[in-house]
Amino acid sequence: MKSPDFSYLKVQTMADVFSALQEHGDSAQLLAGGQSLLAMLNLRMANPKILIDISGLESLKGIHKTGDVVRIGALTTHHEVLSSSIVQTHVPLLAQAVPYVAHLAIRNKGTIGGSLALGDPAAEYPAVALALNATLVIQSASGERRVKAIDFFLSLYRTAVQAHEVLIAVEFPVATSNQRFVFSELARRKGDYAMVGMALAISLDGPTIRDASLAFMAMDDKPILAPHAMKAMVGQPINQQTIAEAQKGLDADLHPAGDLLANAATKKHLSRVLLSRALMQAGATHV
Amino acid sequence: MNAPHELPLHAEGVATQENYVGQSVPRAGAKKLLEGRGTYLDDLRLPRLVHVVFFRSPHAHANIKQLDLSQARKQPGVVAVFDGHEVAKFCTPWVGVLGHLKGIRSAPQFAIAPERACWQGEAVAAIVAQTRRQAEDALDHVMVDWDLLPVVTDMEASLAGDVVIHADLGDNKCFSRELITENFEAEFAKADVVVEKVYEFSRHTGVTNEPRGILADYNPAENLLTVYQGTQTPNMMQDIFSRHLGIPESNVRVICKDVGGSFGIKVHVYPDEMATAAISVMLKRPVKFSADRIESFLTDIHAREHKVKIKLACTHQGDIIAFDLNDLTGIGPYSVYPRTSGIEGNQVVNLTGGPYKHKHYKAKLDVVFTNKNVTCQYRAVGHPIAMAVTEGIVDEAARKIGMDPAEFRRRNLIADDAYPYTFPSGVKFEKLSHHQCLDQLMTLMDYKGLRQEQANLRAKGIYRGIGLAAMIEVTNPSPAFYGVGGARISAQDGATIRLDPAGMVNVLVSVTEQGQGTEAVFTQIAATAVGVKVENVRVITGDTAITPYGGGTWASRGAGIGGEAVLQAGKVLRKHILDVAAAILKVESATLDLVNGVVVDKLSGQEQMPLSEVGRVAYFRPDTLPMNFQSELTVTRHYTPREYGFTFTNGIQASYVEVDTETGFVKLLKHWCVEDCGTIINPMLVDEQIRGGIVQGIGGAMFEECMYSEDGQLLNGSMADYLVPMAGEMPDMVIGHVQTPTKTSELGAKGAGEAGTAGAPGAVMNAINDALAPLNANVSVQPFTPQRVLAALGKI
Amino acid sequence: MSENCMHAQFTVNGETVDAQVPVRMHLVDYLRDELGLTGSHLGCEHGVCGACQVMVDGQVVRGCLTLAIQANGKQVQTIEGLTENRELQQLQAAFLEHNAFQCGFCSSGMLLTALEITKHHKQATREEIRELISGNYCRCTGYQAIVNAIESVLVKSSSESGAKV
Repeated sequence: MKSPDFSYLKVQTMADVFSALQEHGDSAQLLAGGQSLLAMLNLRMANPKILIDISGLESLKGIHKTGDVVRIGALTTHHEVLSSSIVQTHVPLLAQAVPYVAHLAIRNKGTIGGSLALGDPAAEYPAVALALNATLVIQSASGERRVKAIDFFLSLYRTAVQAHEVLIAVEFPVATSNQRFVFSELARRKGDYAMVGMALAISLDGPTIRDASLAFMAMDDKPILAPHAMKAMVGQPINQQTIAEAQKGLDADLHPAGDLLANAATKKHLSRVLLSRALMQAGATHV
Repeated sequence: MNAPHELPLHAEGVATQENYVGQSVPRAGAKKLLEGRGTYLDDLRLPRLVHVVFFRSPHAHANIKQLDLSQARKQPGVVAVFDGHEVAKFCTPWVGVLGHLKGIRSAPQFAIAPERACWQGEAVAAIVAQTRRQAEDALDHVMVDWDLLPVVTDMEASLAGDVVIHADLGDNKCFSRELITENFEAEFAKADVVVEKVYEFSRHTGVTNEPRGILADYNPAENLLTVYQGTQTPNMMQDIFSRHLGIPESNVRVICKDVGGSFGIKVHVYPDEMATAAISVMLKRPVKFSADRIESFLTDIHAREHKVKIKLACTHQGDIIAFDLNDLTGIGPYSVYPRTSGIEGNQVVNLTGGPYKHKHYKAKLDVVFTNKNVTCQYRAVGHPIAMAVTEGIVDEAARKIGMDPAEFRRRNLIADDAYPYTFPSGVKFEKLSHHQCLDQLMTLMDYKGLRQEQANLRAKGIYRGIGLAAMIEVTNPSPAFYGVGGARISAQDGATIRLDPAGMVNVLVSVTEQGQGTEAVFTQIAATAVGVKVENVRVITGDTAITPYGGGTWASRGAGIGGEAVLQAGKVLRKHILDVAAAILKVESATLDLVNGVVVDKLSGQEQMPLSEVGRVAYFRPDTLPMNFQSELTVTRHYTPREYGFTFTNGIQASYVEVDTETGFVKLLKHWCVEDCGTIINPMLVDEQIRGGIVQGIGGAMFEECMYSEDGQLLNGSMADYLVPMAGEMPDMVIGHVQTPTKTSELGAKGAGEAGTAGAPGAVMNAINDALAPLNANVSVQPFTPQRVLAALGKI
Repeated sequence: MSENCMHAQFTVNGETVDAQVPVRMHLVDYLRDELGLTGSHLGCEHGVCGACQVMVDGQVVRGCLTLAIQANGKQVQTIEGLTENRELQQLQAAFLEHNAFQCGFCSSGMLLTALEITKHHKQATREEIRELISGNYCRCTGYQAIVNAIESVLVKSSSESGAKV
């Protein structure tokens, strides 16, 4: 379909963004890569009065490592994340996830900030951010605030970013040598939204799991952690018993509604399979 | 290889006409499509063009209590608004029934529903505006009051008839058929082994890359309606526009430019397209309708919603005695015009068991209306169902008696020398090659090697499966398909072939092109028949004012029927050209030949004159020819298949899969198809038709499903939610051929466009079930999603 | 017309466009309707089928998920321009040779993806080629001929450049 009409404003500075948001409130939408927003407009599923195009804001671009943090500007495209050696080396969980994101042409325009701010439960980045407890950097006219991923994703397509604010960057912790990461996703076709997906980050003390962070995609109206499964892993070696205990924990953690592709029972079953395979993979890479 | 055409005798070492039949000539005429220079429907512009969009019912079944278009009419850019009553004054309704489907019933359908919407998506108003986007904006201002009616979406509920959609009809049965061979019950009772299964097929749809579209241009000064449409069958549409809009037949011109895929979707009559044509007449200016993808999902014909119970009776040794079939299929609220929605089920009855030599058959078919989108013929019409249930139950029988499935088929396939053969359903086979194809397939796929590999991997807990599917396919239909039922659908075709003065050959053919390479195939036949190089032939299709009257493209008839017309016309043109040359040279025409565009002395091969010289004299200097000599350098020939109702082809496919028994995901490792379509004109194009067809069949088997809620809402009508096959999940496909030319034509070509789709679902299903067999699991509901595989394995 | 329009200046296939652009219009509609460049096609407008792909500043993008106004200051190339400047010549020849197209509706978009592959994924295996074209819907070919065509160009290029595959 053709999009409904709207006004358009391309901003040059952050101050411009805030004053535009101030003026238009809820009837404004931020346009970054537009790969989700423009599709919704073409489907007439969104009807903003004005699009504020922030894609020219250079301050929101770039990938930098500073100390034990990798900061990725919100306007960094998926393609840039995919080609980044900093991400490859220092945020391996994210590097594992990016190839699953959509397709080549979409990756050229879609941004990490756009994906996180939309918070689609079946998307890759929100689960990765949650698993790594990334810090989301939010800016408004009154300054900057930092929100941990665990407090960022609130409900379906609702995040901590308020109407007058802009997500400007995401900060991931730099991986350490005793950490293992596995991202895995099951989708009917390459590039589709996940049927079930998970992001696992564990740190090892010798053979023992010292801490574990496990996030799931497409299991709720937002990305979620699996605290019972995580608890079952901590202090344990990676073996069949631990895997079984962790899988049992998932029963308490995951209460998916079904969707068109998979009902609740299927999703729960697949989450158990993915977790088992992920732990085996994490264990196998242990030196 | 096919027998070479009779070529005149010539001395050794002399150049002979290039025989393009059998060569994989690239489609030079289609190169424009790689350069962005095609002309698809939406690319067309005309002066004063306006755009129409349709307000579509959000409800599956509802009466229009009140429809208020007054606000919509006032919106910016809006030129006109119409409801169903207004359009009905210019376009009469239709009923999708044909006489040869005994007892078929349907209700009258209007271009725009005037009083009642019977499926979600049915158009109830039209808005015409300067641009498409303005028309869409105006849709928000249409005000409708609906009276909701009870909805029936489940086939069995529809058959039971608690909710009857068309009160006048009394129940929801569109068409029923029963068939039973003599002494069936007694023969069936002789079986040692009976296997029985229920197979379900979810409705799915074509998803042509280019959505449907039509540009209608009515000129009141001439009472002339010109319609640009991506239809497969321009003459059929010409007739329908003429009769329903009340315009004389010869005042209707239907033109097909480039078509972005059809697969049967664009061969039917759509109410919104009829409405567009009517609105052009009403407004006396060009009107374009270009279906949006959302409305394509809601209104392009769906197909293949069946629940089939099938029984196979055989002996201990594995000889099939009988098939017993019960098919229930759910169509939309109307039988689609003019080909009817009874044909798909009818084909299932005709073709189940098709490859095999049993004599006893019982079948029952019920086709019922539902409040979902309409359904009709879609690539391979009914065959994917018939072949899947046949090949599925054959594998069940083989498993039950412990016989290898290839051997079971070997034992039961009709012998290659048993022809002509009349099948228990009444269809007649001219000559098939099931055993030759099976032999070739076994070698091509290294069946024994794969079975060994499968066994080795099973020992390691990896579950791979091999699935076979023998098939037959209807092609080159005679008037028995539609004409006998009273449809004005032509089953003959014509070719007009002409020498142009500069020496190029121009061919006008009544068969149409949707990307399969019809035009390329005709250039090859024409070049060979006339005696020129293929690059000097130009083919034009798809214009009822210019091309001969014919049936167009459907049921894999293009190469076999159109090709024969081209061949015959080409041969005569060659003769006429040599007659002119003989008159110029003052020799007997029997001493001349036409070789690669040059007139030569037949015996010595010596060049006499280029074709351009023949053209120059014939067209510009006939004064130099004998007084009573008239050049006839334009020749028309038609061809009608007569002897057989359909010319059947045959083939056999194999699928090799690996099932992840933990996730239910199936990986398609490889696919094979050996098929016999008679004389092959362009092997590369045939192979690619088969590959494309296989993947389309895999789509239905693994991914595609139009999901409806109980109250008739289409739940997944977008490209994000309706899953079409993409490259990442598809296997490489190896294609092999046997060639048994048909004797019903000189060309000997049968059709090849649909066979891939016919056999693929059965092969894939059998492969999955072969993989799951050691785990006592089995799938029988298409598409075979991971969820269904997991359920079969008892994991959920 | 009462819809919002804004001034934009950009190049399309090397030619400058300086015009009032309807803000809500996506780039492919602008190219097709306003500039008559109908070689890029609309298959879905959801961003899924890829028939609408064009190049913006040297990158392949979905034309239906780009606003025309966003092309301001940028260089747009369509199938027509890339044919004219011969960037697609090798791929087009390979597609013709392998019959890697039938109806042609997906071909413009598919060729642009293929071009990206030949530029940035020169070592791609068949499997990788399949993954990289998995965002372009083709209903006609079943994809194998397309993979063959792209593979043949990669192989030819690598042998010409002397690099080992």
